[in-house]
Amino acid sequence: MPRSWPRPGPPTAPLGGPGVLCGRAAPQRGRPASLCARAMTQIYLDHNASAPLRPEALHALCDAAAHCFGNASSAHALGAAARAALSRARRQVATLAGVASETLVFTSGATESNNTVLRQLPDGAHVVTAATEHPSVLEELSAAGERGVRTTRLPVGRDGRVDPARFAAALDEPGTALASVAFANHETGAIQPIAELSAIAAAKGVRFHCDAAQALGKLPLELARLPVDSASFSAHKLGGPKGVGALYLRPGVAFVPLHRGGAHERARRAGTENVPGIAGFGAACEAARLELEPGARRLGELRDRLWAGISRAVPDAVRNGGPEHVLAHVLDVSFPGASGETLVEALDLDGIALSTGAACHSGSTEPSPVLLAMGVPEALARAALRFSLGPVTTRAEIERVLEVLPAVVARVRRARAA
Amino acid sequence: MNGRWLVAMSGGVDSSVAAALLARAGHEVVGVTMDLGSGSDSAVGGSKRCCGLPDADDAREVAARLGIRHYTANYRAEFAREVIEPFAAEYAAGRTPIPCIACNRVLKFDLLLRRADALGARGVATGHYARLAPAPDGRPGLFRPRDRAKDQTYFLFDLARAALDRIAFPLGELEKSEVRALARELGLATAEKPESQGICFVPDGDVRGALARLDPRRPRPRGPIKTRDGRVLGEHPGAIGFTPGQRHGLGLGGGPWYVAEVRPGENTLVVACEAELRTRAVRVERASWLDGAAPDGPVRAAVRYRHRSVSARVEPGGDGGAWLRFEEPVWAPAPGQAAVVWDAADERLLGGGWIAAAG
Repeated sequence: MPRSWPRPGPPTAPLGGPGVLCGRAAPQRGRPASLCARAMTQIYLDHNASAPLRPEALHALCDAAAHCFGNASSAHALGAAARAALSRARRQVATLAGVASETLVFTSGATESNNTVLRQLPDGAHVVTAATEHPSVLEELSAAGERGVRTTRLPVGRDGRVDPARFAAALDEPGTALASVAFANHETGAIQPIAELSAIAAAKGVRFHCDAAQALGKLPLELARLPVDSASFSAHKLGGPKGVGALYLRPGVAFVPLHRGGAHERARRAGTENVPGIAGFGAACEAARLELEPGARRLGELRDRLWAGISRAVPDAVRNGGPEHVLAHVLDVSFPGASGETLVEALDLDGIALSTGAACHSGSTEPSPVLLAMGVPEALARAALRFSLGPVTTRAEIERVLEVLPAVVARVRRARAA
Repeated sequence: MNGRWLVAMSGGVDSSVAAALLARAGHEVVGVTMDLGSGSDSAVGGSKRCCGLPDADDAREVAARLGIRHYTANYRAEFAREVIEPFAAEYAAGRTPIPCIACNRVLKFDLLLRRADALGARGVATGHYARLAPAPDGRPGLFRPRDRAKDQTYFLFDLARAALDRIAFPLGELEKSEVRALARELGLATAEKPESQGICFVPDGDVRGALARLDPRRPRPRGPIKTRDGRVLGEHPGAIGFTPGQRHGLGLGGGPWYVAEVRPGENTLVVACEAELRTRAVRVERASWLDGAAPDGPVRAAVRYRHRSVSARVEPGGDGGAWLRFEEPVWAPAPGQAAVVWDAADERLLGGGWIAAAG
């Protein structure tokens, strides 16, 4: 069927009347109504998919968009202002990650950062990674298989963690050029023993890459103190804008840029910098840093309250991962006999937004590969929900979820049995 | 009457307007696009992508415009098992399947109804052209729509009557032109979207091409084309995929000759002249009657979608089958197609059965 036909003109607002912009922090200033207006009353428990823009990030982003429009490579004052915005943001991100400013390259996000590192692999090299890694690692490695790159995908325990002894043994395979393990898992929040793993890799002379997209702003990071050679970050996971991220490159690590065409980012990533996005990223990092520890403590308490309530109301619910070595704001739970996909829709209709797991797996009936790698049986992997809390989450919202959830689970189970 | 309704949104104009009408009537509408892994979205057996199905994108855009929720539901496995595999198996057995009926019964009005239960919805609405109104016994009945040219009741004969309590067809009282006009008026992105035609996983109506893709390992040897009395008139390029009444693709002189029968066991196509394909009786199996029993008075019946209905009577036969006896001859009933029955006024759908043989 032809894919083009005359489409109506600009109106994009819902017919229901004016609304507000996407994101709780978004101001309402008589702007045209947004497509996202109706979704605004949701209790948002999907921060691992994307976090609402922090007010500080929105302000920095708008300010840079309005005022720092010069090209950061230009010699005039407007160029200098844009350059200054980049420098400040670089320092803000670097402080949160615990690295030196000049080791950071701004990218379009963690996917680009991960892809860029993996494209450095020589043909025929061997890579060690975890079976629970993000698709931006695993799919890139699958594609690299075509040029002879061999990948060992290490299984993980029921806690989602890589066993250091197995990791060390895998590194002994001849031709091992890289190990790539995420700091914290996107679905279960499982925190890997990165200090130990990176030390093992360093001892064996293997380069170590860490996808820290879910860890930045959630855990205190001091990456420069670890023998980590490169790391990936994403702005929108911690309340910055989408389409921005960074790649940490330990000084002295060999690097071939993916983008060419200018000396931007010290010739490591050509292309005019996304100054507003980067400014927003920096501001989000600073805001996250200021509340890092009290924030995690608060979210950990809310998360524990959520799990206590769920396990009381739905006694056969199974927690995937945890309770140790897990991000404070993440809870992954299987509800036996209920489809996770249907639960997501049913909860959405009751005003609660969350996912089954990684966003692009939602809406598909494929069971989560992360949970399967942890040894979760397939039926339970299809019955999983990921709750990921964030700075906007309140105690009242958690109580509301606990009011709604048991009835929804019961209804979805009944309908499935019918 | 107000409540939550699931609307099966294909990404076409009809289901877009069905959703709009329910929303306008004050219902809480939830759009669901079924990802069946086929149709215009992807080649059969294609990618596992769950994001960016173009028809689902169209439906989502309409849903955003209407201010309603929208989900994409993955029914690929169920569709393959319940619709595509039987389709290939039926053709391989020499019959002419009509997969849309199974899709309606199993996917739209069973699986989606269960999803409606799970989501706390009252039922499922679709953009079918059919009308729901009380039957003479006061229970819900299924009627031909106002727009007769778009009538889809033929495809709904196999629904369970219990399902009718929980179905809505918002387009039943509208002409197609009115549906387009409404879509335009509401600024829906699908207002001018071209009509989808035929079977969603058989692009351009190329059944033989689709079968070669769906069932690639089945041999398709050439074989004889014979008359009923055994005269060999020519050679066919593989018997599977031909259907009774078909004239094209035979490459025969004289005639005109039409396919009368596909005999996969003998790898033979039997052809006949036009008059021999007229019959006044067909035997159906797995009959389904919305009133719970076969109608015993005069009825109207048709043996193919878009065939004119003919006055007929139903004689129930053993094993859940029946004979349909027509007052005037019908043309080339094909085993595997549906013989569908309406009341004598040719308005209310009564049910029907799967054609087993012409009498």
